[in-house]
Amino acid sequence: MKRLFLVLAIAILLTAVGWALWPGLFSHADPLLGVPTQALQAPGAQHWFGTDQLGRDLYSRTVYGAGLSLRATLLAVLIALASGIVLGVLSGFFGGWLDAGLMRLVEVLMAVPALLLAMAVITVLGFGTLNIALAVGLSAVASFARLVRGEVLRWRVSTFVEAASACAVRPWTVIARHILPPVAGPVLALAALEFGSAVLAVSALSFLGFGAPPPQPEWGLLVAEGRNYMVTAWWYTGLPGLVVAAVVIAANQLARALQARQGVYR
Amino acid sequence: MSVQATPLLQVSNLHIDYHSAQGDVPGVTGISFELHAGEVLAIVGESGSGKSTTAAALVGLLAESARVRGGSIRLDGRELLGLGERQWQQVRGVRIGFVPQDPGLSLDPVKRVGAQLVEAMTVHGLPRAVARDRSLGLLREVGLPAVEQLARRYPHELSGGMRQRVLVAMGLANRPALVIADEPTSALDVNVQRQVLDCLQGLAQERQAAVILITHDLDVALQRADRVLVMHRGRVVESGAAAQVLRQPRHAYTRALLAAAPSAQAACVRQRSPAQWALAPILEVSGLHKSFATWRQPGPPAVDDVSFEVPRGGTTSLVGASGSGKSTTARLLLGLERADGGSVRFNGRELLGASRRDWRELRRQIQVVYQNPYASLNPRLSLAQIISEPLQAFAVGTAATRRQRVADLLAQVHVPATLIDNRPDSLSGGQRQRVAIARALALEPELVVLDEPLSALDVLVQQQILELLDELQQRLGLSYLFISHDLAVVRRISDRVVVMQGGRVVEQGVCEEVFSRPVHGFTQGLLGAAVGVPQL
Repeated sequence: MKRLFLVLAIAILLTAVGWALWPGLFSHADPLLGVPTQALQAPGAQHWFGTDQLGRDLYSRTVYGAGLSLRATLLAVLIALASGIVLGVLSGFFGGWLDAGLMRLVEVLMAVPALLLAMAVITVLGFGTLNIALAVGLSAVASFARLVRGEVLRWRVSTFVEAASACAVRPWTVIARHILPPVAGPVLALAALEFGSAVLAVSALSFLGFGAPPPQPEWGLLVAEGRNYMVTAWWYTGLPGLVVAAVVIAANQLARALQARQGVYR
Repeated sequence: MSVQATPLLQVSNLHIDYHSAQGDVPGVTGISFELHAGEVLAIVGESGSGKSTTAAALVGLLAESARVRGGSIRLDGRELLGLGERQWQQVRGVRIGFVPQDPGLSLDPVKRVGAQLVEAMTVHGLPRAVARDRSLGLLREVGLPAVEQLARRYPHELSGGMRQRVLVAMGLANRPALVIADEPTSALDVNVQRQVLDCLQGLAQERQAAVILITHDLDVALQRADRVLVMHRGRVVESGAAAQVLRQPRHAYTRALLAAAPSAQAACVRQRSPAQWALAPILEVSGLHKSFATWRQPGPPAVDDVSFEVPRGGTTSLVGASGSGKSTTARLLLGLERADGGSVRFNGRELLGASRRDWRELRRQIQVVYQNPYASLNPRLSLAQIISEPLQAFAVGTAATRRQRVADLLAQVHVPATLIDNRPDSLSGGQRQRVAIARALALEPELVVLDEPLSALDVLVQQQILELLDELQQRLGLSYLFISHDLAVVRRISDRVVVMQGGRVVEQGVCEEVFSRPVHGFTQGLLGAAVGVPQL
């Protein structure tokens, strides 16, 4: 049963990545081309997700939207991952004042609600996909930094790390050879988890209008545009929303599976 | 020993395999035994002999890869094999108590020990108030002092021996009819070992509980058990009354085990000529002092005015109970901890206050082998990577010459060169410790600090490693600082012995003198407490 969910989750994620990389393979309709006569049509054989008020194919818009949404998400997770690892290693391995200072900084980051922080950052930097990624990434740095620090602390006191130090292996070599490899596992699991919430955060921001400007298709934007037609055209908001939900849940499933595997090897 | 008509526990023809990618590996093959109430049964054998598999089957905690192929385990006539997890919960902890091997891993680090003990009883339906009362009594019964304060402490605040006794108390909490203790004392020093075993044995007699003692220590088996079961490669090779099996062993394997066991009665074997004694010592420690106490947590210093020396080409042993400051002393000498005062002279050069850069050079000459070869080797690296690590750190040679050197080192410690690209997890405990020794030798050091290098190993393997250490010392002219709580081993390897208690040196001298004419009361007690003294 668990296996089945995992396979399903991976299939969903692969599809989403496929959409993002080669949208032309998945949809032949032009996402920007409106056919007024076909406005607000219900899902059917011709238009799988129906059409919007301008007669644009919603399936095609969702497929093309994956590119922008997932690019921002991926970038956000990478930013969070990289800076989280650097902060966590510095603070966990070297300790002392550096650790105290960095951790207070992280606590400040954690104290501000993530979405609020992201909105504040965007307000400063201006709109756009890259800025969304920066903002969402920044708000996820804290959890990566905390996790990495904890793991580094744990491995730093292990006997084989001490043995390496007693052989005069230099600190940075110790970190690269002995500490980062075991830390990678849990960090990857967290990355999968954060990927899910980043999809949501990016969509939320573009829903609020902080993302790419229309008529660019982006998942959050699609949901937002459909709000006015909720009663008459449920598919307009519903189906893109469902796609976002599916991707988030799939990422969560993957994260759990990765975590469970960790448990086995510990 | 009471003899009853029906045995409490009946194991017959138990057969368990381990499932692996390369096919099934037998765990235990067709073992049978019985146990009566009030009896102590010792199961002895080296690691991999199926002792722990048997124990795990008896408490229903077999690894996921284990497959029970047949046989039966009956407790009071009730079949235990094939019980579901829910049914097991009514047996485990209630009818069968279990004392696990590793006190460092078996307690929840974030809960106070008292609360954990209470929980062990309340999960089986005992009211909290009763459980709390009983928990203090239990802690007292296992011989712990000041139980009210102790129950409020966290596991890391207790010593290894105390934690092990807390685990014994947990195993006994629900007054089980059968107690299974899996190597309950292998990590403990002689004094604590005796206390824990006394406690287990006493409880068996008082409550008419049956005890299964799983151990690799034959002397423990001889002294504490009524009957002994010798296991080898998943089979019972010999069984019977303890005295009979261990005094008149019939099976070749039992004889080999007995021959390998070092005896505290053995004489000191080291003979140093006066000319050798006349050499300047390689390491002179004087007035070494270290305290971890702070104004919030006052306490006595961990190392207090410690002075001794290590003769060139010889061995000095640091002996003492756990918490006596042996390991801290070693860490101070290795520069892994900063001393508060005193002096350490290595080859006439002062080590305390040496700069980071000086230490880098010093590490070529002073190396260390740790207690637990399962922890001191990075499980993700191959042997070649592990052993060449110090060579790489000093940029010795090229990749090819380093690999050649690794092969040479492996040959020196008698590990097959074919294993060079294997990871530590495919090695036995003894082989791992050999690899750790090879790594320590890679830079051709003059002094090797051996921090309890044998205590995680079986007797047979201990013997082999001791021989290896002897051989290397003679061939390479190494000096050893040997840290141990095992007096039999110390006696065999040392030129000088330093006895520590509570961070202070209470006695030191030439090996023979300390052992044959101990002056200090503590040393006398230590020698008397050694369970290695056969008393039959």
